Order: sequence, then C-alpha cells, then structure tokens
Amino acid sequence: MGDHSHGPAKGLSRWLFTTNHKDIGTMYLWFSFAMFILGGAFAMIIRAELFQPGMQLVEPGFFNQMTTLHGLVMVFGAIMPSFVGLANWMIPMMIGAPDMALPRMNNWSFWILPPGFLMLASTLFMEGGAPAFGWTFYAPLSTTYAAPSVTFFIFAIHALGISSIMGSINIIATVMNMRAPGMTYMKMPLFVWTWLITAFLLVAVMPVLAGAVTMMLMDIHFGTSFFSAAGGGDPVLFQHIFWFFGHPEVYIIILPAFGVVSQIIPAFSRKPLFGYASMVYATAAIAFLSFIVWAHHMYTVGMPVAGELFFMYATMLIAVPTGVKVFNWVTTMWQGALSFETPMLFSIGFLVLFTIGGFTGLMLSIAPADFQYHDTYFVVAHFHYVMVAGAVFSMTAAVYYWLPKWTGKMYNESMGKIHFWISFVGFNIAFFPQHFVGLAGMPRRIPDYALQFADFNMMSSIGAFIYGASQILFLYNVVATIVGGKTVSDEKVWDGAEGLEWTVATPAPYHTFEVPPKIDPAHAHS
Amino acid sequence: MSFKKIVQAVASATLALASNFTAAQENQLNMARGVTELGSEIYDLHMLILWICVVIGLVVFGVMFYSIIFHRKSKGYKPANFHESTKVEIAWTVVPFLILIGMAVPATSTLLEVYNSDDAEIDILVTGYQWKWKYEYLDEDGENISFFSNLSTPQSEIYNTQEKNPNYLLEVDEPVVIPVNTKVRFLLTANDVIHSWWMPELGVKKDAIPGFINEAWTIVPQEGVYRGQCTELCGAYHGFMPVVVHAVSQAEYDEWLSAKRADAEAQVAMASMDLSLDDLMSKGESIYSGQCVACHGANGEGGVGKPIAGSAIVLGDLTKHLGVTTKGVPGTAMQAFGSQLSDVDIAAVVTYQRNAFGNNTGDIVQPSDVVSYKNG
Ligand code: HEC
Ligand code: HEM
Ligand SMILES: [Cu+2]
Ligand SMILES: [Cu+2]
Repeated sequence: MGDHSHGPAKGLSRWLFTTNHKDIGTMYLWFSFAMFILGGAFAMIIRAELFQPGMQLVEPGFFNQMTTLHGLVMVFGAIMPSFVGLANWMIPMMIGAPDMALPRMNNWSFWILPPGFLMLASTLFMEGGAPAFGWTFYAPLSTTYAAPSVTFFIFAIHALGISSIMGSINIIATVMNMRAPGMTYMKMPLFVWTWLITAFLLVAVMPVLAGAVTMMLMDIHFGTSFFSAAGGGDPVLFQHIFWFFGHPEVYIIILPAFGVVSQIIPAFSRKPLFGYASMVYATAAIAFLSFIVWAHHMYTVGMPVAGELFFMYATMLIAVPTGVKVFNWVTTMWQGALSFETPMLFSIGFLVLFTIGGFTGLMLSIAPADFQYHDTYFVVAHFHYVMVAGAVFSMTAAVYYWLPKWTGKMYNESMGKIHFWISFVGFNIAFFPQHFVGLAGMPRRIPDYALQFADFNMMSSIGAFIYGASQILFLYNVVATIVGGKTVSDEKVWDGAEGLEWTVATPAPYHTFEVPPKIDPAHAHS
Repeated sequence: MSFKKIVQAVASATLALASNFTAAQENQLNMARGVTELGSEIYDLHMLILWICVVIGLVVFGVMFYSIIFHRKSKGYKPANFHESTKVEIAWTVVPFLILIGMAVPATSTLLEVYNSDDAEIDILVTGYQWKWKYEYLDEDGENISFFSNLSTPQSEIYNTQEKNPNYLLEVDEPVVIPVNTKVRFLLTANDVIHSWWMPELGVKKDAIPGFINEAWTIVPQEGVYRGQCTELCGAYHGFMPVVVHAVSQAEYDEWLSAKRADAEAQVAMASMDLSLDDLMSKGESIYSGQCVACHGANGEGGVGKPIAGSAIVLGDLTKHLGVTTKGVPGTAMQAFGSQLSDVDIAAVVTYQRNAFGNNTGDIVQPSDVVSYKNG
C-alpha cells in the first residue's frame, strides 16, 4: 500500500472488505441510525398504545415484546454503535494516527453487528413471539417462563458482545500505540480520553454479560439451575450479575457523550475547557465508582441493610465527579464568546437535560426514597433524560459538528436549528410528565393504566411523536448535505475548533496522517 | 405533510389536551404524603432531596443562562482565556460532598426504620402468582386462612366496550384486610416469576421472589382503602395485578376474620355434600368471571386461552377436563388451578363450563368427583 493517492475500492466490495477507519466509521454511523429508526418505531407503538387508558392497538404480550426490543435495540443497536462509529472516524484523526491499530479486526467488529440484529429482529416472527422480559431480562421470566425465541436472543447478545469487545480492544490498542510523537496522554482531546476509559469498561463488563446469558442458556437447555430456586439456584444472583454489567454499561453510554460535548462547548465558547486535568480525573473516578454501585438497581430485592447502606453511599458519591463535569462545562461557557450553531445548541440541550437526569439519579440513589420511585415512570423519566437527552443529543451534536469535515459540505443551518428546537420541545413534552405519573404511582412496563394517569400519558405520547418526527428532518438534512450541500474547503470549519482533525484537508481525505503530524510541545491539549 | 398541516395538527392536539385537563379530576404531580409514619418520613426525605436539587439547579442554570444571554459573540463579547484553578476545583468537589453527607444522615435513619420489622402482631404471607396475589394469614394455631386476590375490572372496560369505573385496574375481588394501629408484617414470596408488592400510600415496596422470603411491615393509622400495583415485570398481564389493602377497625377485622374462618369451614363441609346444578352454576359463574374470563372470554369465545364454547375437552371426557383445570397445560398460560382453587370451586367452575356458552352437556360435577380425581 505504498501508493499515496490510493483511494477506496469501488462498489460493494469497498464496504464488505474495507479496513479503512473512515469507511468503517461511516458504516457504524449509518447502521446505528437505522437501528435508531427501528427502535423508534417500536417506541411509537408503545406510545400509541399508551395514548389512552384501555387496550386499543396491541395485546399485552406484544406490548412487552415492544418494550423489550425497544430497549435492546436502542442501547445495543443505536447508542453504542453510534459512538463506536464516531470513535473510528475521529480517534485516529485526533491523535495523528493513519488508521486504527487493528484494521482487519475493525472490519470484523462491524460486520458481526448486522447479522446479530437480524437474528434479534427475526424473533418477532417466531412461534411465541419475540423476547418479552424487558431489556434487563430478569430470570426466571427470561428462562423457565420465556418464549422459545430466547435462545436466539442469547446468541444475538453474544454477537453484539463480541463486536463490542473487539471494538474496544482496537480502541485501546490505537490510543496506546498510535499517537503521533509528542501527543502525550495529557494532550489527548477529551473525546479520546473518555473513549479510552469507556473501552476499558467494555472489556471488563461485556464478558460478564456474556456469562449471564450463557448461564441462562444452560438453565434453559442443559438442566442447570443457576437462577432457579427450585433447583437450588438463585434468581437474585441473576440481577447481581446483570447489574454488575448494567451499571458500568450506562457509563459506557454516557462517557463518550461527555467527550463529545467537551470538544464542542469550548469550540463555540471560543475559550479552552476550564479544567482539562480534572475532567480526565473525574472521568476515571466515575468509571471506578461505576463498578461498585450496581445494586442500587436492586434496593427492593431484600438485601441486608449493611449492603443497602454501602450501595447507597457509593452511589451518592458518583454525584461528586458528575458535578465536577457539569461545573466545568458551565465555567467553560462563562465569559466565552458564545455562538449558537446547531452543534452548540444540542450540546447546551445536553447540558441542561443531562443535569436534570443527574438530579433524578441522585434522588434515586437514596434507598428509602427509591422504594417509592423504583420501577415506576420516575425511573423511565430519569434514564431517558440521561440516555436520550444525554447520549443521543450529544451524538446528534457530534454529527452536525463533524459532518462538514467528513463530507466537505455544510449542512443547512436553519434546518438544523429547527431540528434542535422540535427535538428539545418534543423530548420534554414526552418525558417531563413521566416524572409526575411516576411519583403519582404509575408502574413502568405496563400496557394499560389507571385513569388518573390519562392526561399526562396522552401528553407524553404527543411529545414522543413530535420527537420521533423531528428525526426525519435530521435524516433529510444529512442526506441533503451529502448530496448537494454547500461546499466547504476551509480546514478549520469552525473558527473556535481546536484539534488535529481540523488540520487536515476538508473533506478529510481517504487517508490522513500517513506521515505523523508535528505536535507543538508548548501547545496545550485540545 | 406540509408544515402548515403539522402546525394545525399540533394545535388541535394541544387544544384537545387542554380541554382534557380541565375535565380531569386530578393530575397529581408529586408523590403523595404516605398515611403511615414511614410513608410520610419517606415523603419528607423525597422533598428534602428534591429541594436541594432544585436549588443547585437554579444556581448552575442561572450561571449558564447568564453567559448564554450576556457572553455572546453576536454582541461582540470578547472571550476571556482563564482556565484551570485548583481552588475552584477543590471547592466544587468538597461542597457537594458535604451536601451529600447532609442527605445521607436522614436517609440512613429512615432506611434502618424500614428494615425494622420486629414485634409484628400479624403475619401475612403474600405470594405472587402470574397474575394475582395470594394472601395467607399465618395463625399460631395453624388455622390459616388464605385466598387469592384477582383483578376485578371487567374485560369490557379494558377493551373499551363499557365505560371505565374510577378504580379502573386498581380493584380486586378480595382485598387484603388489616386492622389499623397494629404492626402487620408481610412475608413476600412468589410461585413462578419475580413480582413486587407496592402500596404507595403505606410506603411499602418489596420484591416477591420465588424461593425467597422477604419482609416488609406497616402500621396503618387510618381506616381506608389503599391501592397499589405489582411493580416488577412478571409477564403478559403484569399491568393487571393490583394490590388493594382495606384497613379497618380492630372490631371489624375480628368480625371479618371469623367470617373467613366460618367460610373456610363451610367449604370443607360442602366438599363432602352433593350440590344442586343451580348452586354449582351460580358459584361456577362467579369463579369463571373472576379467574378464567381474562383468557377464555366472557362468552367462552377464547382469547389468550382456547375457546370453551364447543371445546372438545369441555364437551368430552370429564377426566381430561379436570386434568387441564387442576394441572394446567405446561408451557402455556393455562395454570394448574388445583393448588389455587378449592375442590368445591373446581367442581363449580367445571360444571359451569360444561353447561354454559351453549355447551349444555347437563353434566353435574360434585366436589367429591374432584377429590376422587385428585386421588387418582
Ligand atoms: C392466563 C390465561 C388463562 C386463564 C386465566 C385460564 N386459562 Fe384455561 N387455558 C389457557 C390456555 C392458553 C389454554 C390452551 C392450552 C393449550 O394450548 O392447550 C387453556 C385451555 C383450557 C382448557 C382446555 C380447552 C381446550 O379446548 O383445549 C380448559 C378446560 C381451561 N383452559 C379451563 C380453564 C378454567 C376452568 C380456568 C379458570 C379457573 C382457566 N382455564 C383460566 C389460558 C388460561
Ligand atoms: C448522577 C449520576 C446517576 C445516578 C446517581 C444514577 C442512579 C440511578 C439509580 C439509583 C437507578 C435505579 C433506579 C431504580 O430502578 O429504582 C438508576 C436507573 C437507571 N439509570 Fe441512572 N444514575 C445516574 C446516571 C445515569 C446515566 C449517566 C445513565 C445512562 C446514560 C443512567 C441510566 C440509567 C438507566 C438505563 C436506568 C434504568 C435501568 C432499568 O431498570 O431499566 N443513569 N440510576
Ligand atoms: Cu445504575
Ligand atoms: Cu408484575
């Protein structure tokens, strides 16, 4: 591959056999968007059924299949792969590397995903229907009492897990070995830092998830009783294992999002990030704490009071580094010269709404209060504030921010702003009232509800439809940009942007940094 | 859809909503203050954290919106270039930490109280089934009384052919009855999957887990009917297994208890009697509409379950019919009712199925037939 002007192969084989980090990043991004639409369609069915009290559109069993697939597709299909796609595109360009460290494995990590999700989606057409036990798949509902399709669900989870583990090994190897000379760790952009830490989390907990589903497989097909009390097993053990994976998982989702807004807010504030080093330490602290708080999802299972206290205190502690992050972003904006292009709007939206989600997280961490909140719509509101307004808003911001660099075309700014405002308003109409119904006593994962919850549920459904519809605008804007957007050729698309990715040509050529860039030792991090 | 149409649609939806709001009786925004001491303590804790969060939020968002409004590039604001300040960093690490300690103290004391289920005067074993609750009053003399508590909202309300009553989905055929001002301990377990027993106004939520026994307790100071729901996903009808507690005076409770005991004795007596077709049919109808209707339909037309009207099993051999009813059909939603209903109830519901919905077999099934079937 000595030829410098060497470009992509032609046709389908370009995408099937590519080892180029930009191609693979693009595939991840489009795939995750497709999953976002699929998971969104499931959500629309859920919200349509919940529009009014009474059963109207679907049967309770099918409703549960929808909530389960919605959660699984959004977490494993939309959010996680989207950030892996972003990592593929940006990490090599941010650290001055020519590509990912393990390009062939990179190809494979991606191509495991589509068959995995095909397998998951195919369960919808199987006898007994798709998995209907929630994305947390508690045993024994997911073992002894599950539809036969659960076996396919287990193999789908294995496929996604393998993909994630390979993806993270690749990121770790790239960041540790491929940095340009002079790009010390404490000079790396925060997006790279947050991804490095996320990758370690992934390598640590995905095998635990794989263990959990394998134990399920054994219980279902080979007569073991890991999770069956009748055979001497323990259904609560399942929850411990699941949440040992599950809580770090929520940080796997949010840390790269933190990284993204830590790039964007300084760029549009025209001012460096306030506390770079403390942001790095806070990220590491959050990652560490995320391993010792899992049972805050299990306050009601009947743990001994000492365990309950330990997990409560540890969980409350997470608020400290999370607070450090929020204070840093706000202080970065303070006395900046702010402008409000679409990426900045989504980042500010992130900041406001994620903080609200953090507050409800703090409320949930208080065990006795959680007895009232647990498994109600209050929890549903909490995690949508952190996952949708957190992770998805930040991902959306990232696409608008780097799209000109990727394509050499500028998106339509007014359409972007309209997209933001519709999303922001729709999101809040959809999810804010869920705090109310949750506190008033509406359990989650129910297809029908008592009459006093009717108004807020209708409101919530309308908001969800608005938020859902606004994504069509997003898709249109992105496609229109790629097909016929206004050309940009400035290397530095945004005047305040910092970082190596803004030193290469626009659009970014197929190969970048084949010769490592010179990094000014005096220049601080970006 | 054109932009104008979207605006119109949103506007009309908003209007519909607004009119709905004024019509609605209540749109509760916050947690209800529990009626019990524990419930109201939890409520106070909730409000304390909520206000702390609101205040911190106002400060953080205040600073942020100040910059958004005043530090704009479009206003020609020149960016400062300050960054890194160890003092500031230490301050915003330590201050939140102190605030957390302030929250942890009351949280700990409330938690310890939640866990103190000693010295209960009444023990009730609560067992979660797909999709109903069983209550068993544990009596020192071994004279336990027990019963199932099923959703009593008719299918016609759920499927919108009849107007919904105010307690829609929060009503049961037999509530659990407890006396006021008495420490009652609930021992929770489950028969199949995990369920969770929640009584918001009493401040009690605890999982019911197969193979485990969890504890929760309450002292209700006020007579009344309290309503809650199952809060752990437990299968298709998870949304349809409410919890209803009647708190009554001690005298009323005693009366209820002795009536229950007498009822249980009558059942035993009845088991050895021969009942008339009319008796069996009327009893059978009430059991059918409580236990079977959700899956088999009000006219025996089926649904989740197979049709009863014209069913080969129902019209055919009695042994098979009793077999399906008492042992269930493994791997389907049809459960083993043998352990859930008394022999009299099974005789009645089987008789009913064999004579209702145009089945007209004329068969009479006596409790003694059920007993001899069970004994092989
Ligand atoms: C949760 C749902 C559910 C409930 C409640 C339920 N059943 Fe069933 N029932 C089923 C299902 C599902 C089948 C079909 C099983 C199979 O596939 O053979 C069935 C089958 C039957 C059959 C055999 C019908 C045939 O033609 O195969 C009888 C008899 C029956 N049920 C009686 C009862 C009685 C009596 C009750 C109430 C005491 C009851 N069922 C309550 C779900 C239910
Ligand atoms: C300040 C930080 C946070 C704290 C203290 C916190 C605390 C909690 C607690 C205690 C629960 C359990 C509630 C219950 O089920 O009763 C919970 C649920 C949840 N949280 Fe958080 N959280 C925080 C941030 C986040 C973030 C950043 C994410 C993801 C991006 C997240 C995602 C979730 C999800 C998905 C659930 C629900 C899981 C389920 O039952 O399906 N949280 N959180
Ligand atoms: Cu958690
Ligand atoms: Cu349930």
